[in-house]
Parts: sequence; C-alpha cells; structure tokens
Amino acid sequence: MTPGGSQSPPGVVVVTGVSRYLGAHVAARLAADPRIDRVIGIDLPEPGPEVDALLDQVERIRVDAGSVGGLLADLDVDTVVHLALVSSPDPQHGGRAAMKEQNVIGTMQLLAACQRAPRLRKIVVRSSTAAYGASFRDPAVFTEETEPREVPRGGFGRDILDIEGYVRGFRRRRGDVTATVLRFAPFIGSTADTTLTRYFAQPVVPTIFGRDARLQFLHFDDALEVLHRSVVGDHSGTFNVAGPGVLALSQAIRRAGRVAVPVLEPGLSGAAALARVMGFGRYGLDQVDLFVHGRVVDISRLEREYAFTPRSTAAAFDDFVRAHHGRAVVTREQLAAAEQLVLDQIRQVRAAVRERS
Amino acid sequence: MTGPEERHDEARLDGRYAVPAPVAPDVTRRNGHRPSAPDQAGDVWDRRVAAGLAFLRRRLAGDYEVDEFGFDRDLTGAVFHPLLRRLYRDWFRTEVTGLENVPADGAGLIVGNHSGTVALDALILSTALHHEHPDHRNLRLLGADLIFRMPVVSEIARKTGGTMACNPDAERLMRNGELVGVFPEGFKGVGKLYAQRYKLQRFGRGGFVSAALRTGTPIVPVAIVGGEEIYPMLADIKPLARLLKLPYFPVTPTFPWLGPLGMVPLPSKWLIEFCPPIPTEHLMDSADDPLVVFNLADQVRETIQQTLHQLLERRPDPFGP
Repeated sequence: MTPGGSQSPPGVVVVTGVSRYLGAHVAARLAADPRIDRVIGIDLPEPGPEVDALLDQVERIRVDAGSVGGLLADLDVDTVVHLALVSSPDPQHGGRAAMKEQNVIGTMQLLAACQRAPRLRKIVVRSSTAAYGASFRDPAVFTEETEPREVPRGGFGRDILDIEGYVRGFRRRRGDVTATVLRFAPFIGSTADTTLTRYFAQPVVPTIFGRDARLQFLHFDDALEVLHRSVVGDHSGTFNVAGPGVLALSQAIRRAGRVAVPVLEPGLSGAAALARVMGFGRYGLDQVDLFVHGRVVDISRLEREYAFTPRSTAAAFDDFVRAHHGRAVVTREQLAAAEQLVLDQIRQVRAAVRERS
Repeated sequence: MTGPEERHDEARLDGRYAVPAPVAPDVTRRNGHRPSAPDQAGDVWDRRVAAGLAFLRRRLAGDYEVDEFGFDRDLTGAVFHPLLRRLYRDWFRTEVTGLENVPADGAGLIVGNHSGTVALDALILSTALHHEHPDHRNLRLLGADLIFRMPVVSEIARKTGGTMACNPDAERLMRNGELVGVFPEGFKGVGKLYAQRYKLQRFGRGGFVSAALRTGTPIVPVAIVGGEEIYPMLADIKPLARLLKLPYFPVTPTFPWLGPLGMVPLPSKWLIEFCPPIPTEHLMDSADDPLVVFNLADQVRETIQQTLHQLLERRPDPFGP
C-alpha cells in the first residue's frame, strides 16, 4: 500500500451530505482531482448559498442517503464517501429525532445499498472520536483498539457507536470492499462553523467547575486532506484523525482571549437541556461529557498508513483564534502591556523607596 | 530557587513578549554611593518580580504546553513543587538515600509502599525526585480512579503529572521514557490502621509488573518511612465510608474531632530509600506469564518490606529530628 496514492484511482465517487459544509468541500475537492472521473453528490436539503458555489463541478442528485437504493448500481459507482452525519440536534430541522434518523437509519440504508452494489470497491465513513465514549476509568490516550467502557450519554456518541457497528457488519459481508472509518476529532479552522467553534467564539464561555478537559482539534483542511487520500488510496481500517498535541480547555479559552465561567456540572447539564428545549444553542450531553472527561487519541496508525501528520491541535486552534480575533475579551497584547506596566510601577516604587532611605 | 531554575526563567522571558532586562544599571547610577551588595539584592528581587509577572502573563494567555496526559510542566515547576518542598523539607525533614538507583534518563518504574490515610507519600516521593535527583526528574504518578472521579482533585492530579492507574497509560508513559510512580497496595495501604503500620498489604494483580515487562522498564522499589505517622488511623467507620462512597472513613487522634485542624499532618520524620533497580529487559517475552509476574511482584514486595525494617531501625523516634 503506497501512502497517499494507489494504482487505480476511483472512477465514480458518490459523496453523501454535500449540502453541508464538510460534504460540499470534500465533493468540490474530489471533483477538482483529474484522476477521478465523476463525483456525484447526494443529499436531501438544498445546498445553502455558501456551499452552492463549491458544487458547480459536482453532479448532484437530491435524494437522502437512505433512499439511494438502485442508484449505486445504475451509476457504476466504485467509491462511496459517507459524510452525512449530524453532530448536534438542530431544533429547526426536527431536533434529535431527525438527527438520529439521518445518522443511524441513513447509514443503515446507505450500507444496505452499498452491499448490493456489485462494482463497489471502497467505502469511506466519517466517524468521530466520540466513539470512545466518556468514563472516569478511561485511559488518558485512546488507541483505535480501545473499547468504550460505557455507552455515551449524548445522542451523537450513541449514534457513532451504532454507525461503526453497521460498518463492522458491512465489512463482514463484503470483505472485497475496502472500508475506511475515520474517527475525527472536533473540526476547527479559520472558516469551519461547528458547535465547538461557536462555543469558543462567545465572549464568555461556560466551563465545568473543577474540570479542565484535555482537548484535541483537527484543522478542517487536514480533514479534507485525509478524506481525499482515503478516496484515491487504499487505506482499510479504522483511524484516529486528530491534531497531535493537547490543549486544556482553560488554556484554549485563554488563548482565544475569552473569559471562562465555571458552572457546577449538574447545573450545566440542566442548562444544556434548557437551552435545547428553548431552541437556542446546540449544546448537549455530548459537549458536557467532552468537557468533563476530555478526549485525546493516538494518531500513530494514521501517520504510518497515510504518511501524513495533521497540523498540531495548538496550530489548528491558533488558526481559528486569528480568524475570530476581533471578539477577544483579553488579548495577548493587552496582557503583555499590563505586565510591563506593573513591572515598571514596581520598579519605580522600589527605586523611590531606595532613594529615600 | 536554585541557579538552573533562575536561568530557565530568564530564558522564558526572552519569549514572544520579551520583558526588557531589569533596569539595575539605572539604579546603580542613581545610588552610586551605596555599597554594591544591596544593589545585587535589588537585582534578584527585580528578576523575581519579573519572573513572577511573566509567569502570570503566560498563564493568563495560555502560553504553556500540556502533554497528552494533562501534565503542565510550567505550573508544576512554578507552584506545586515549591509548595511541596516546604512540606518535604521543613515539616517532614525528609532524608533520601539510594538516588543513584533511579535512572538518570529513560524510563523507570518506581514502586513504593503506600500509607498515611491521605496519600501524601506519593507527593513527597515526587518532590524528593524532583528536588534531589541530579536531573530533577518528574515522577508520573498512577492514581486510583476515585481521584479522577472527583472534580478539582482530578485536575490537580493530571496537571502535576498523574494519570489513571491502568496498563495502557502506564505503558505509554514508560514508552515515552518517563519515570512512573506506582503504589500497588492502593487503598489497602493508605487506609490501614495505625496498628498495622509498615506492614505491606497485598500487591493487587501485579499489573504494574506486566506493564514494566512489556516495555522492558527497570523496576526500582522504594521504601518510604514516615508516612504512617502523619495521620495515625485509629479506627475506620465503615458505614459512614459506605454512605460517602469512600474506601474508608478515618478516625485519627485529631480528625474529625478538631475539624479542619485535624487535616494538619503530624510532623513525623521521613526517610526514603531507593533500592537497586530490577532489570526486566530479559523478561519482555514473559509479560503474559502469570508465574513470572507474581514472582517478580513478590520480589519487589520483599525488597520494600526489608528496606522498611532497616529504615525503621535507623529511625527509633518517629517524631525525632
């Protein structure tokens, strides 16, 4: 297996979830690759104006991933990239029920269709490091072999476990298909818009009292790179994809120049539930658990197999901070100036005292 | 503060927001008539203030590194070790021997006896290694999951280099060349009654041995004397412990009678001895052989028990000088 490339690039690639940010970017990137003959985007909702421009090279078919049915066979598809996942319930679009419908039932139906597609050679599935769940007895760093100790409380974590279970079943039934499962850390970057980027973009950021989770981020561009390489190369297996290194939550908030407000954990869980009911904010138990336990993964398997290392968590976060710098409450320059001011004051006072004595 | 640490701080000052060098020459000119000694002292204070402010600024701006286990070297070196050193030197008057048995670099597994109702011995051991070892090594402690269940405590444990006692973490730390500290007795050791002091408890399943074998890390047994007297546990109120979901509820001569005052440890005299390392490289294939693991665990246990007896003979009075 040669990292990053293979002898036979795919002919027809189907990408699901192209009406969303990640799917649109991946489809556009694959369409721009001359090695790939045809890129077909599948999704139900109409793409928004910002992703519409990206998709002019992409053939689009407006069905959701569940009703793909005979489509794959008719189009002679040899690669499916499944990105149609919803990471947090959207109150405007059916909330948690619709989220589960899309994540779990959608994946199930897509995999059922894939199983019947005779020419299918490869399937790339987006997963998440949420697959490791959250427990106090977890090891500090997860490798791909680590089994979750408890079923996650959050909906997204549970969906991810279900999805990976279906992929395992698919692997058993279609041993001839290369199945790549990518467990992504939360995306961040200058343009990405996710639950976490919205969280860090607030001037005052709620955190959990007495907990300082270890976090990892993945730069959005590196996620695209890994997905691209998964499509043009053959990388069978499950891979953690995250920026190396770790930021503590408090540290990330300080680097972003925001102010942390610690909240007792039961309070935050309640507040998250309340916010959900009232329809603003998309924080759920997934986020609360992430902020209590933190989540760090080992990426040596990715580095070996893909010969690629994503930019570090700190660098990815810096990129995000630069893009959102305007709204910082405390900037580094202010801190440096304050430090200088205090230092000068102390020196003046001490010099004056010495002068007098 | 020792010499090398000060240099370290100065190097950090030359970071992104370099703080100008102390204005000492200015002061000298203004106070030319004064003898040079006080000026030198002023220099030191200027530098300390600058270092303290730079530390504060680094903390507030998030300009520090945290490793994948959550270990915050900056905070540990600047806050935790100086605080613990007070306890270590002035309160417990700790004496350390056998430091040459601790590897200067590369991985090592330090295995000690646990005691004292509150596991201060782990912290004192880590201070001893950081303070006395020529390479100022940071001990990466493995803690019970109870520690990581509690808010605040869990974060202090992680920031000072601790992690959950489980084989994946232990092996990962040792593969990274870290010095790992483990107390295989666990709560059985910390929560034993004063009458059983310095009697080693059972060594669990020997998970620490298999972790060392799998990574070929030498095991350094360490005997710690002094921990048993800091909170002499006279009784254990089991129903209360069960109610509070704690492994034990201690009654000491001062706790809970004196309330918060009962939390002050008694000033016992501490002796720490590191025993010669037990190499494991030749046994790397036997990590899954229970007999090898049990035998090695027994050997470590015997070494610690014997060393404890020797140290106790050297210290006839638990509260002596």
